[in-house]
Amino acid sequence: MINSLSSPERWSLTLALRAVHIDALLLLGLLVLLGAGLMVLFSAGDQNISLVVRQLIRVGTAFLVLIFLANIHPDRMRDLAYWIYGVGLLLLISVLMVGDEGKGAQRWLNLGIVRFQPSELMKIAVPLSVAAYIAERPLPPSFLRIVVCLVMVFIPSLLISKQPDLGTSLLIASSGLIVIFLSGVSWRFIIGLLISVASALPVLWHLMHNYQKQRVLTFLNPESDPLGAGYHIIQSKIAIGSGGLFGRGWLEGTQSNLAFLPERSTDFIFSVIAEEFGLLGVSMFLFLYLAIAGRGLYIASRAQSSFARLLAGSISLTFLVGVLVNVGMVTGLLPVVGVPLPLVSYGGTSMVTLLASFGILMSIHTHRRMMES
Amino acid sequence: MKTRLTLKDHFRESRLVNDRLIFSAILAGILFAIILVRLATLQIIEYKHFNDLSHNNRMSTQALAPQRGLIYDRNGVVLAENIPTFSLELTPENVHSVDNTLTTLTKLFSLSSDNVAEIKKTIKEQRGFRQVVIRKSLTEKEVALFSVNQHKLTGVDVVARLIRHYPHGALFAHTVGYVGRLNERDQKNVDRNEYKGTLQIGKTGVEKEYEKLLHGKVGFRHIETNVQGRTVRELHREPSHSGQELFLHLDINLQKVASEVLADYNGAIVALEVKTGGVLAMVSKPDFNPNSFVSGISSKEYDLLRDSADRPLFNRSIRGHYPPASTLKPFVALAGLERGIIKSNSKTFCPGWYKLPGHDHRYRCWKTHGHGIVDLKQSLAQSCDVYFYDLANSMGINQLHGFLDHFGFGHLTGIDVPSESSGLSPSREWKIKAKNQVWYPGETLISGIGQGFNQTTPVQLAQATAMLAMRGVHVKPKVARAIRDYNTNELTLLSSETAESLPVINKKNWESVIDSMVEVTTGARGTARLLGKTLPFNVAGKTGTAQVFGIKQNQKYDAETLEKKLQDHALFVGFAPAENPEFVVVVVAENGGSGSKVAAPMAKRMIEEYFGLVAND
Repeated sequence: MINSLSSPERWSLTLALRAVHIDALLLLGLLVLLGAGLMVLFSAGDQNISLVVRQLIRVGTAFLVLIFLANIHPDRMRDLAYWIYGVGLLLLISVLMVGDEGKGAQRWLNLGIVRFQPSELMKIAVPLSVAAYIAERPLPPSFLRIVVCLVMVFIPSLLISKQPDLGTSLLIASSGLIVIFLSGVSWRFIIGLLISVASALPVLWHLMHNYQKQRVLTFLNPESDPLGAGYHIIQSKIAIGSGGLFGRGWLEGTQSNLAFLPERSTDFIFSVIAEEFGLLGVSMFLFLYLAIAGRGLYIASRAQSSFARLLAGSISLTFLVGVLVNVGMVTGLLPVVGVPLPLVSYGGTSMVTLLASFGILMSIHTHRRMMES
Repeated sequence: MKTRLTLKDHFRESRLVNDRLIFSAILAGILFAIILVRLATLQIIEYKHFNDLSHNNRMSTQALAPQRGLIYDRNGVVLAENIPTFSLELTPENVHSVDNTLTTLTKLFSLSSDNVAEIKKTIKEQRGFRQVVIRKSLTEKEVALFSVNQHKLTGVDVVARLIRHYPHGALFAHTVGYVGRLNERDQKNVDRNEYKGTLQIGKTGVEKEYEKLLHGKVGFRHIETNVQGRTVRELHREPSHSGQELFLHLDINLQKVASEVLADYNGAIVALEVKTGGVLAMVSKPDFNPNSFVSGISSKEYDLLRDSADRPLFNRSIRGHYPPASTLKPFVALAGLERGIIKSNSKTFCPGWYKLPGHDHRYRCWKTHGHGIVDLKQSLAQSCDVYFYDLANSMGINQLHGFLDHFGFGHLTGIDVPSESSGLSPSREWKIKAKNQVWYPGETLISGIGQGFNQTTPVQLAQATAMLAMRGVHVKPKVARAIRDYNTNELTLLSSETAESLPVINKKNWESVIDSMVEVTTGARGTARLLGKTLPFNVAGKTGTAQVFGIKQNQKYDAETLEKKLQDHALFVGFAPAENPEFVVVVVAENGGSGSKVAAPMAKRMIEEYFGLVAND
């Protein structure tokens, strides 16, 4: 749409958007991806238009949150970071005690009007507060600060994995760890940490729920249980593989439309894209993700404070981690941990959180002081 | 704190973070490349493999069973049809509460608790959209009961299916036979593809013999199914072709009369159309209801049929072995004439017994005081045994056996009803082989009167009598008359099968035997003189009374004192009109006592029915 406008008009639209603190390029990427995602969702959700409408309402709500956050100065966010983190932590604890159950896990907090997943709030609170804390002092951070940051990351992650929601826990942990990595922690420290994590894996295995262990075992050998736990991954691979180079065409995917593919509108929606649009289609989707994250990384590199730089970097990279884990999972490269495909999978709060984080990105970019000019 | 913040080196920090950002971007790029390689592997290199798997996931082929061809008698009366049977079936996924529904059904149809347990088990094992049979073959009353209570029974339906039905019950049980459940053994004998979807197969009689024609051609539909196996859409349909319709020679009216006259006797009646060999009636008693076998007979009912001393499942008309007794005499007489042993005016003196030269044993005539001097005609008319002892003795067993062979005694007739028996026409070779004994001259004598080792089936007797009627022309007995194509309605007559005819040496010999047989039914002393009396044409016939129980020398046969089971079999063979034969009838009434008193009247009724001579009451 923007390209069809003549040059002065395009500039005026961009400037108008800039006035309300919206980044035009990021917005364009998001809109294209969301539009394509809704199309896929229509096919994946048994061509049930009401499913698409509900998702559209979520997208609309999420955009309101995006615009709201884009108009808040990053400094205000930094000031509120610890408060948000604190409230999020309290909600997480309360969810473990009084939360509603959905699909066998305690993740929801019923607020009367809306049901709310506190873990989604933490997706923003963790990188925000870790970036705020780490940027208080000159970079690279001291050892003590790193340790405090690690604690700030792992307390919510552990609480969420207890719900249990391994996927979200993983994404939150990586969003915090990415901030720490970007802040310039020495490579020696990073390698040391990796080694200690590797040695802690057996302990982690012991702490895992049975269904999580099962998922890991199934990942290692999906054909061992073709009707049970391995069924998801086998059917997903069939859907992807049978898509070929050009795909079967929109609404023509038999694996998805005949329900052989489980969880096809949520975690396995990528397999539907692969079946119906082929390698060319998924490549375009992957390109869109890279383009959006690329714009985010550009925004990070142009940010004017270390806090903003770290936060923007973490948001962009965590977005990519979500894509990588989801696609790795449905193609059988990673275990099935329950991470949705960002902005495409059908689902409530994660859509709001994601667009909220892009609101933060836009805020960072549009609140720069124009020193250069 | 504030003062230290000002000391931050913004330039150095931003370079530090940007370096890490660039590193991360490169790492992300590498990871995306790995994903892309993975996708290309799945979608291009392994495309064929996964495409096949996807195809197998959803495609399946269902067989469409053809409708079995109907069977008619010669008048177009249906003898075997396909009727809808109603069964009560439950679709679990459409039922709100299986337990409540089953409770309601138990009350309405008084299901047993075993029954309910079985149904519950089936529901658990099957997919929710698969019907579970609650009760088979509902009565009309039960269907009505269901209709009234239907509002309480969501997810329960009355389903109509076609099953084989024999509207005349036991009347054609042995000849038309029956179909039964296709079992493992049957599957080995048929083309499995053709029988996909078929539940029943011909087990006996015409149903078995003409299985290939009656079954029809299986159809297929290729369907796309979803993950639960439910049909989503039909991609291709190849319709089934109904089986051919079969028209039989059988005449239901004649069959009814045969069954009626045989009444409570065990035995068989076979009637043939002389010129075609068409089987007009074929009854074996006792009989049974073939409908019991169609949808699976209960083991209790089956045991009762199998273990009954009267053997109702045994088809006596093609498998029953009976001594032909005096009914063999016309053939023996013809052998004597054709072989030049006797002339039609040759006479013998019957004192009531016969002795072989140099032996003391008396071979008795049935008439204790003898027939006096008898010629061929009278010997047949009065069934004098001594005349035939003498004739057989002069002819010898070799010639006798050789001649009877031409008439098919001891051979299968080749009738189109399975499991026929061949009977036995004894010979020297046979005795050596079977009993490792030499042939005694006395055995020739009793062979001459159709006793001893002689065993014939009713259908064999009918075939031989037809050959006699046809003056040597041999036509095989056949039940099926024509085939009608279900689709084109085209009627194809099945030609009669002729076999090697008998070499006729002198036609006069034949006429002389047939004349003698007419004397049986018309002569003042004929054993079946009551038969010919009221008929407007001549009937050639011969009675027979076959010994079941050997009587000792000097002992008298007394029907009163003998047990029913040991009483003589009553036989009659005959054809009419004698000069231009159309109709052959053979009657065997087990333990009937007397051929002339019991079997001949039965034959008369058959003749009257065939020629439309039945007096209206």
